Amino acid sequence: MEWDWEFVREIMPTLLDGLRITLLATLLGSMLAAAAGLGFALLRRSKSRAVARTTGFVVEFIRGTPLLVQLYFLFYVLPELGVLLSPLTAGVVGLGLHYATYTSEVFRAGIDNTPRGQWEAAKACNLTPYQTWRHIILPQAIPPMIPALANYFVAMFKETPLLSAITVIELMSEARSVANSNYRYLEPMTLVGVLFLCISLIAVPALHLLERRFRPTR
Amino acid sequence: MADWAGYMGLMLDGALVTAKLTVLGCALALPAAFLAGLGRLSRFSAVRALSVAYIEFFRGTSIFVQLFWAYFVLPLMGVTLTPLQAGVLALGLNVGAYGAEVVRSAVQSIGREQHEACVALNLTRWQSLRHVLLPQAAVVMVPTFCNNAIELLKATSVVSLISLSDLTFQAQVVRSQTGSTAMPFLTVLVIYFAYASLISFGMKTLERRMTRGLDGLRT
Repeated sequence: MEWDWEFVREIMPTLLDGLRITLLATLLGSMLAAAAGLGFALLRRSKSRAVARTTGFVVEFIRGTPLLVQLYFLFYVLPELGVLLSPLTAGVVGLGLHYATYTSEVFRAGIDNTPRGQWEAAKACNLTPYQTWRHIILPQAIPPMIPALANYFVAMFKETPLLSAITVIELMSEARSVANSNYRYLEPMTLVGVLFLCISLIAVPALHLLERRFRPTR
Repeated sequence: MADWAGYMGLMLDGALVTAKLTVLGCALALPAAFLAGLGRLSRFSAVRALSVAYIEFFRGTSIFVQLFWAYFVLPLMGVTLTPLQAGVLALGLNVGAYGAEVVRSAVQSIGREQHEACVALNLTRWQSLRHVLLPQAAVVMVPTFCNNAIELLKATSVVSLISLSDLTFQAQVVRSQTGSTAMPFLTVLVIYFAYASLISFGMKTLERRMTRGLDGLRT
């Protein structure tokens, strides 16, 4: 089968449209993953054994099961319970929660790496727990984590094609629909690969830059 | 719920396919990881370039795209694969690329003095790799390989989209036949979690056996 540049030119706008949704899902998913990951990490450090254990199990469970099945679960089961999510919302929630279980480990390591003296100093200054977290611990713990977090966001970007399975019209489903309606698979599938590779290749030096920028000075 | 047993049997069939995919995928990923990981450390720049190209290509594009490419585009080039073959190929090569980085960093993490000792003993490159470096590096690799194996298990769910009747696919079949959603998906989630726990347990056992007698030697 011959590579057809004319066809490539014809389908490129559609694919770029899909790429926009892909990037949007990644961005929203990353934000949710960062927030929920911090939440999981804090809950796992809770003083109540029951809360810490339950969170630990939930995190392990989400991490041990495939994202695709979780997406199906959000998309098909929740409406029966009366929670109606649009495909994109369900996708973003799925991506965000799935990757939150990974980022929670990053947050946990970052928080554990804060020197003991900082906790003691906060206590000596009579700060409340909230003040300690808000002004002492998190501002020191978060910058060294940024490269590791960004790594997971790139990984999440590569999993967004799964959203096409729950009818989100992103890059992969655009490619499949043009492929199916034109009976040409070579160009759409290859272009999807190329677009993913391009963005990943841009992300690699960006990650190195972040690593240099936020390298711990201690 | 009269047909409950029948539907359960359907899902167990799917569980078997998922297990087969995971095992075959790992069987392909492991040699791929060692070849590419050691290839990156090769003396010959051509071998190094080839390994880097393989690793970056498979890590840079998503498993989903690779699978679709293997299933829809390779036949156009005259290579027709069954869904199972396409699945094993894409999963194995994808996870192998991640594993290659694990192999490389594990070999590089072996202390300089070990390399120097090999030179001092006049071992050939192959001998030092086989008898000195790899036995030590393998211990470092096991925990990360465990994570990679679980990632592979999770990635197998994607093959349901190229009409291979794995666990996820069967869940969809049960959903469309019964109209019940919570039951099939919860069952499937639990089965996947059981598999993941099994892999993690097996790897922990392996790790314990491999590190036996190494206490105090490793920092």
